Amino acid sequence: MKKPELDEKVERVALMRKQLVRVLDDDGQAVGEWVPDLSVDDKIAGLRDMMTVRTFDARMLRAHRQGKISFYMQALGEEAIACGQQRALRPGDMHFPTYRQQGLLIAAGYPIVQMMNQILSNEEDPLKGRQLPVLYSAKSHGFFSISGNLATQYPQAVGWAMASAMRGDTAIASAWIGEGASAENDFHAALVMASTYQAPVILNIVNNHWAISTPEDFARGASATFADRGYGFSIPAIRVDGNDYLATYAASQWAAERARANLGPTLLEWITLRRGAHSTSDDPSVYRPDHESEQFPLADPIDRLRQHLTALGAWDDDRHESLQREITAEIETALAEADSHGSVKSGAVPGPATMFDDVFAELPRHLREQRGQVGE
Amino acid sequence: MPSMTMVEAIRDAHMVAMEGDDRVVVFGEDVGFFGGVFRCTQGLQERFGDHRCFDAPINESAIVGAAIGMAAYGLRPCVEMQFADYMYPAYDQIVSEAARLRHRSAGDFTAPIVVRMPSGGGIFGGQTHSQSPEALFTHVAGLKTVVVSNPYDAKGLLIAAIEDDDPVIFLEPKRVYNGPFDGHHDRPVVPWSKHPLGDVPEGHYTVPLGEARVHRAGSDLTVLTYGTLVHVAQTAAEERGVDAEIIDLRTLVPLDVDAIVESVAKTGRCIVLHEATLTSGFGAELSATVQERCFYHLEAPITRVCGWDTPYPHALEWSYFPGPDRVGRAMEEVLAA
Repeated sequence: MKKPELDEKVERVALMRKQLVRVLDDDGQAVGEWVPDLSVDDKIAGLRDMMTVRTFDARMLRAHRQGKISFYMQALGEEAIACGQQRALRPGDMHFPTYRQQGLLIAAGYPIVQMMNQILSNEEDPLKGRQLPVLYSAKSHGFFSISGNLATQYPQAVGWAMASAMRGDTAIASAWIGEGASAENDFHAALVMASTYQAPVILNIVNNHWAISTPEDFARGASATFADRGYGFSIPAIRVDGNDYLATYAASQWAAERARANLGPTLLEWITLRRGAHSTSDDPSVYRPDHESEQFPLADPIDRLRQHLTALGAWDDDRHESLQREITAEIETALAEADSHGSVKSGAVPGPATMFDDVFAELPRHLREQRGQVGE
Repeated sequence: MPSMTMVEAIRDAHMVAMEGDDRVVVFGEDVGFFGGVFRCTQGLQERFGDHRCFDAPINESAIVGAAIGMAAYGLRPCVEMQFADYMYPAYDQIVSEAARLRHRSAGDFTAPIVVRMPSGGGIFGGQTHSQSPEALFTHVAGLKTVVVSNPYDAKGLLIAAIEDDDPVIFLEPKRVYNGPFDGHHDRPVVPWSKHPLGDVPEGHYTVPLGEARVHRAGSDLTVLTYGTLVHVAQTAAEERGVDAEIIDLRTLVPLDVDAIVESVAKTGRCIVLHEATLTSGFGAELSATVQERCFYHLEAPITRVCGWDTPYPHALEWSYFPGPDRVGRAMEEVLAA
């Protein structure tokens, strides 16, 4: 697959909306023009990020089954996309994520115990128990508050990027959406704004093939791909193997450099598979074909990067297992600490009076009166 | 002191706010080069450049969504919905996003935006250019809602709204853009240049959000209202010889409860007026507030005079509009009760 110049005319990259950027071949070799400039240590860091996300997810699902938490959403099989893009962007950039980009936080080094405090809605929850589990907010780590409504963050990301450009800043924004929610009006609102003002924004569509129970074609309609959506707005749009960590890094870096060079928005469609349920409230056995995961041709992102590092002679089973033990221990330690601060299930949550904080910058009279009625 | 129409006062408020703070940006449909269909942003692009005041594509959700993103970055966007009737595509961004961002992120992100919108009828705008959707905003936690009635307040309130750290919905009844419309559509309108509230100081001043204004002091009864009906109430009171105390609420959230209680405790009678449809309108909130806080002062039932529960009709506009006759009759009934 050819890698276009950053300022390549949109017509000349138009076919890439139908193709697939890959770096890792089936033998774990990095091949072609898109091979990113990453050291072995960078790749091991990427592997660690993805393994941390997967281990974290598995532990939180277990915590849900144990009755410790009320809800959870995992990213099983999709870990490479958020992890790879986070490492390709810079501190100061701002992501506008959905609920399946926990990899952005983990790859940015956000404290895992803080994520758990949020999920537990405990006394140390940075969001004071106001949000459903996993709807994090972390401005310090370039992570915009997740809404829970779908697609609303897409035009917001474009606005943030416009503001950065208007102020002469070099920070860029990155918008995230699932392929299902790309049917929402706000997705198209964002594309027209991004195209009109040539905002320095990356427009990610994570195509994991399932919007709860409906397959991707309900949102895609008669178009061949979701990247096709970019074409009508003259936004360069590229389909990328989302289970190939090196491709996620390379394509994100390409889009980020375009944005930083004032060459406007880029749309990236990431091909991946939601291997698990939509959430802990979902039962995919009702609507999904058996053995779908095993037959998905892009394989598993962690296995593929591990295979690549092994082929480089930089990795082996012992090191992999040792890293896994280290991550598992790290997560258990974090959970023990988070647990010590209580949870929504144990009732150790922020006091009722705190729900009146942050409705406004200053507490107006009617909320002061209501706070007085709710008691402590 | 210069005399200004409400359009000119709003334009001047933008000028002052943009001059004083380079984070203030203004955009919307036809807002930039043309200066807005009601001319409220005329001259801003020329003066501040097209990075500070610019046109937007016709997509209200994109406009408010982008404004939220800009505010999260650190700017102070003030955007225009061309008509309040067109804000519905942006409603999700306003209600689910701007209103709740501070709370849901525990102060990590905030959305200090102003969403201006011309509202109300009386211009033969039919059902899609006449609505008064204030109750759709006052019902939402995290929004401040302002409805202006005159040039002096419009300038001071708009500057205060832009400087406020929270999202503010700013409704501009278009029928009073050019004069204090008294409700008699068949008579010439007095221009703002002949009205004391058309005297607008130059430069920076604010009218604080959350403070009502006694438009006319009186002792017979209290009128709680805002926007165009402030002037209609005054006309009705003068025509019927009623010594009404007219409270222009100006800000609906936060509401100036003290001003309401003080007045009703004095007069013992209360009518509530608005142009929006009656059922679940903001008048219901006002009526409940008076009942809860002033029940033992009341000598008559609280009466509401509002728009009928129909879409705003084009040809029958003046049958819909709560004009001086309906308001005057209500005053007499409340006095007789």
